[in-house]
Amino acid sequence: MLDSDSIEAAFRGQLGTFRLDVEFVAPLRGITALFGPSGCGKTTILRCLAGLRRMPGRLSVSGKTWQDDSSDVFLHPHQRSVGYVFQEPSLFPHLSVRDNLMYGWLRSSRAGSHPALDFSEVVELMGLASLLDRSPSALSGGERQRVAIARALLAQPRLLLMDEPLAGLDQVAKEEILLYIETLHEKLSVPVLYVSHDLREVARLADSMIVLSAGRKVCDGPVQEILERLDLDPGDGEFEAGVILEARVSAHDPEFRMTRLDHHGQRIVIPGIDLAVGEYIRLRIRARDVALAVAKPSAISVRNILEGTVLDAAQDPDTAFAEVLVDVGGGRLRARITREALQDLGLVAGSPVYALIKSISFDRPVIGRVARVT
Amino acid sequence: MSGLTDPNSLWPPIWLTLKLASCSTILLLLIGTPIAWWLARTRARWREAIAAFVALPLVLPPTVLGFYLLIALGPVGPGGWLAGLAGARTLAFSFLGIVIGSVVYSLPFVVQPIRNSFESSGDRPLEVAATLGATPWDAFWSVAVPLARPGFITGAVLGFAHTVGEFGVVLMIGGNIPGETKVLSIAVYELVETLRWTEAHLLAGGMLVFSFAVILSMMVLQKRMGSGGA
Repeated sequence: MLDSDSIEAAFRGQLGTFRLDVEFVAPLRGITALFGPSGCGKTTILRCLAGLRRMPGRLSVSGKTWQDDSSDVFLHPHQRSVGYVFQEPSLFPHLSVRDNLMYGWLRSSRAGSHPALDFSEVVELMGLASLLDRSPSALSGGERQRVAIARALLAQPRLLLMDEPLAGLDQVAKEEILLYIETLHEKLSVPVLYVSHDLREVARLADSMIVLSAGRKVCDGPVQEILERLDLDPGDGEFEAGVILEARVSAHDPEFRMTRLDHHGQRIVIPGIDLAVGEYIRLRIRARDVALAVAKPSAISVRNILEGTVLDAAQDPDTAFAEVLVDVGGGRLRARITREALQDLGLVAGSPVYALIKSISFDRPVIGRVARVT
Repeated sequence: MSGLTDPNSLWPPIWLTLKLASCSTILLLLIGTPIAWWLARTRARWREAIAAFVALPLVLPPTVLGFYLLIALGPVGPGGWLAGLAGARTLAFSFLGIVIGSVVYSLPFVVQPIRNSFESSGDRPLEVAATLGATPWDAFWSVAVPLARPGFITGAVLGFAHTVGEFGVVLMIGGNIPGETKVLSIAVYELVETLRWTEAHLLAGGMLVFSFAVILSMMVLQKRMGSGGA
């Protein structure tokens, strides 16, 4: 299959004691996460995609061959249309912010690629207008990473690679950059491959994901589907397992500072957020935050009671727990309950059930604005 | 008394020395930069052997180095063959000869600081440049060289100053030809030999002040760039 709108990659090789053996096809749109624990080969794959490292294999992007060992094709990084955001911002210390941004911009314009992005638009989007004349040494960590992202975008890449761009930042800066990346996702059509070992980031940003473990691909697909799979341990263990629901903002309650959401006719209430009615948001709901009941409870502090049907239940015989996948009429929820409770409630596939979620489970980092890209 | 304190006789060796040091520094930067770049970037196993060879003049007595250079530049060496193309018999005892000698002798003083600067800025800036569409040649000029600026300044100053202060090698391959190879250090030697103390004092004192100024300005410059950069 030679899809003109995808990345097709296969890399096989030894790096010291580490063996990389992956093959994947990723869509060339939206944000695709390369997800896995540290040392699973995510960064190596990203470097191979950029041409910064050469491993045996082949790679084509949008139908164009970037590497093919059988015909000895290997494009060097400057011949590939990629932007790369490194873990550390890596700004050129001898250039001002403006000249850092101009570096890739001038070279891509000279190469004749018609500018799809406007310089001042990107500067505006990343909130850099007031920083242009500063030196990189006078910027905060978050500001530097914003410059690095803008600089990579301005090189007009066909594909933007991001290697854990939030890794070295504090929580406030992380949150800020996440908002900027969401804005980019919404406003620009540059496809992104995003390396992360943080499931919260992936759940919030990515449209599809590739799960890696020890140099191999475990699975890939749309983020929602992957997160619903009960047979996968996403690396962070039970603590972070969970799914994503999309919901529309339907009303705000200023008195109690709550926001009401609509998810396919079911009501979800969360602590107040600052988004207009009608906008879609993405909620990440951890399995451990969901409780199940067979009868609709009343007089209870839990605000969210969603009607659903059990689709599947997986018991973990080595522990006290079981994971239940519940269809809530559109999206799906994962619930982590004890095996004992599973048996007491008599839950099997097809059982009607009520899923209970405390509103407090929705703190800010698990809510992402949905960018509707086509 | 006549001729003993004629200050005009002091200028030709000074001008010759400055000319020699300038020519050598330019050549040293042209030759030393690619060597430093290669030493900083290559993963070849014999890299350190090359580095040691470049550093040899640091430990070799100038007379030993001068002896080999004399042979190399002489009528039977490659220098003589080169001179033959221009219709001369030898490169020894000529201005060009002492330029070549100075370049060899001062090479480690230029290569080492530039190499250190290239190494300390690391691969990352070059990788960034490449992903932003810069060819290796472009990245070298737009990123590697500006980032290694302190190394270039140190290398150039050391190369210049070291050439100015050179004695043994010039004596071996240049002799003492006024206007051609009679540089400052040789002139001082000759003045002392012929007991012209006043002029020797003038030249020697001038060298002292010059050397101090060079070292001081380099240290100040380095300190300023160290705190201003990155």
